Amino acid sequence: MKDVNAVEKKNAASRRRFGFSRQSLCIPYGVFLLFFVLFPLLLVAYYAFTSADGTFTFANFADFFADKTKVSTLLISIIVCILVTALCLVIAYPVAYILAKMKKSVAFIFLMLFITPMWINFVLRAMAMKELLSLIGIPLGNFANIIGLVYDFLPFMVLPLYSTLIKMDKSLAEAAADLGAGKVKVFTSITLPLSMPGVISGAMMVFLPVMSCYVITDTFSGATGFSVVGKLISWCFLGENGTLSNINGGATIALVLLVIMFLTMWLTGGFKDEDGARGTNL
Amino acid sequence: MENKKDKIIELIDLTREFEDGLVAVDGINLYVRKGEFVTFLGPSGCGKTTTLRMIAGFDKPTSGKILLNGKDISDLPPNKRPINTVFQRYALFPHLNVYDNIAFGLKLKKVNTPCQDKNGNGFEKKVKLSKSEIAAKVDKALKMVDLEGFEKRSVSTLSGGQQQRVAIARALVNEPEILLLDEPLGALDLKMRKDMQLELKEMHKKLGITFIYVTHDQEEALTMSDTIVVMKDGVIQQIGTPTDIYNEPKNSFVADFIGESNIFSGTYLGNKKVKFIDKTFDCVDDFEPNEKVDVVVRPEDVEIVDADNGTAKGKIINSIFKGIHYEMTMKVGKTEVVIQDTVEKKVGETVGIVVKPDNIHIMKKEFSSNIYDGYITKKNTVCFGDGEFECDITQLYPGSSVDEEGYLITADGEKIDLTDTDVKVEVGLKDIEISDDQDKGGAVGNIVSILYKGDHYQLIVRTDENEEDFVFDTEDTWNVNDRVGVIIPKDKIKLTLAVENEKDERR
Repeated sequence: MKDVNAVEKKNAASRRRFGFSRQSLCIPYGVFLLFFVLFPLLLVAYYAFTSADGTFTFANFADFFADKTKVSTLLISIIVCILVTALCLVIAYPVAYILAKMKKSVAFIFLMLFITPMWINFVLRAMAMKELLSLIGIPLGNFANIIGLVYDFLPFMVLPLYSTLIKMDKSLAEAAADLGAGKVKVFTSITLPLSMPGVISGAMMVFLPVMSCYVITDTFSGATGFSVVGKLISWCFLGENGTLSNINGGATIALVLLVIMFLTMWLTGGFKDEDGARGTNL
Repeated sequence: MENKKDKIIELIDLTREFEDGLVAVDGINLYVRKGEFVTFLGPSGCGKTTTLRMIAGFDKPTSGKILLNGKDISDLPPNKRPINTVFQRYALFPHLNVYDNIAFGLKLKKVNTPCQDKNGNGFEKKVKLSKSEIAAKVDKALKMVDLEGFEKRSVSTLSGGQQQRVAIARALVNEPEILLLDEPLGALDLKMRKDMQLELKEMHKKLGITFIYVTHDQEEALTMSDTIVVMKDGVIQQIGTPTDIYNEPKNSFVADFIGESNIFSGTYLGNKKVKFIDKTFDCVDDFEPNEKVDVVVRPEDVEIVDADNGTAKGKIINSIFKGIHYEMTMKVGKTEVVIQDTVEKKVGETVGIVVKPDNIHIMKKEFSSNIYDGYITKKNTVCFGDGEFECDITQLYPGSSVDEEGYLITADGEKIDLTDTDVKVEVGLKDIEISDDQDKGGAVGNIVSILYKGDHYQLIVRTDENEEDFVFDTEDTWNVNDRVGVIIPKDKIKLTLAVENEKDERR
């Protein structure tokens, strides 16, 4: 015991000589979080709860929820988010499943094919997709909007699913087969439930960003298509057709969006860290 | 000899070659009788697990057949086989609790149940087990593995030993015809492993199910099995009861792998006499007179007597207390003999030893020389065993010589270009040297096996490309997996012209 204490003391001494402890390394991050995360959030909250002349008010919220077009945009956004997420999941799961079963070297090539578009500027990508759609005769509008969103967010669904499936212990599926489960049963009772962390993680990576991704809907909606809440915020800040900007109104919508996202995250158990499937290792 | 109905599973010429060309299981033939406890024993990579996986249905054989009760099941998927497996790392379903893990198989099971239709005619119908039936079976299984009251526990909260028990219960609850166990005790500590060994043995006795067990632990195999199958490099080395395997090892690999042993190089003199460590011993086996043999003597079979009364005498150079006995090393001439005895002899003491004739196990020498197929290159060197060596090509034609241009001039004055000529190459066990300097030799490989033979080691160096083996004796100490260059002196390479259509033979 004495030896251990001696070593401890020595360590403490050497730490003192350098003049800072491990905790002091956190200071830059603390400062960063304070200035670039916490402070802006508080700023948004401040603007949401004040009027243009700086007095405290709930009027912004009242205005927002009283405006039928704004509320319906919000509702449409939520429905679109759910739809896009579901479509991405339906398309991405088989892809990820097949990739995970492939030989690693071959799977890597296919995975790359799915990911490389993500490295191209997404405005450019959207424009290209728009041209493609008009080429095959799909008019701009709601349908094109959905295609655009699914196309853009698909890789975000494939990656977490793939990383969950590839990490799954193969002997579990073997054990299930060994106990009498056919191929379908192995999938429904073992593979699918065990890949849920990947499903949730993928859904989160699609659902939340779609909500504010108005560049895509701007490109694909044409004259008739829907828009997402993100568009409302942009109008408030940048002005709609030359009208004056409304910082307080924009902050209010942003705050409403924040609460909705927080709730989705909480409801899907997104805050629980389940075996680290949330992060992808690619 | 045995009743055919007795065989529950039979492997016929079973071979499994992986995509990368590795032959994990190389044409094994084997049968297992109903109710038997069979253990596949061997070092890692010997093909034992692959064999088990083929029986379970996870791996398909490249060729050969697996017969279950006389019917070929090679193409049957695992879920259609009446066989259950206990996996190496348990493979419990992490999202299910203990009860649901064990009930997993039962919920899928359909049993033939006699039914009656409207007219009162009886017929058989496949019916799923009812909830209460499943519950009763799970209860029974939990009781069997001493885990009553654990039903609702999540499997991740269980200790290794408890997870092991759940895995066993999960497999046994389906009442399989055969239970496969893939190193099931590997992850447990020694004490727990010993307990589980006895428990498994007990379960086997009680249930009467055929157990096929895979392990690399020879002690485990000896304790538990009715029959042991010793495997190496995808080939069965010996099949027998634990006593047979221990007392009558078929070759020096088995002897070395099972238990401690002294392995000596010796000569059979004829007339039931064998010479090793430079002394002549009586034995019980019959071989060709003057045949080179491997002699195996278990350390506990070496008896210490007075210095002058022994067949051989020597000095004790080392003694270690091992709990039940002392393990002493004695030097007879240049050779070391390991002795186990309850009475300690002091280091430095000179003693005599005797060995009872039936404790001397003699086996054919596994390798007497290395034989390869090779060919002559442009430079008049020879390529074989994934390497290129200098050689004397004139030995191919008696009385020949080599001219300045590299052509061979035969005794009759005929000029021959030997380039690309196929030859048989033979190299003696004592004629190979190895060096840490990989560039020094003609071939490069890894040491894959080291066998101590009393006064020298027998090493096997295997090349990467075609897995060619160089077997040789050396007195130097090396380590397994050392990467070495293989050196063969020019005059030690014996060449003969390859006879066409002759089959590739080695050993």
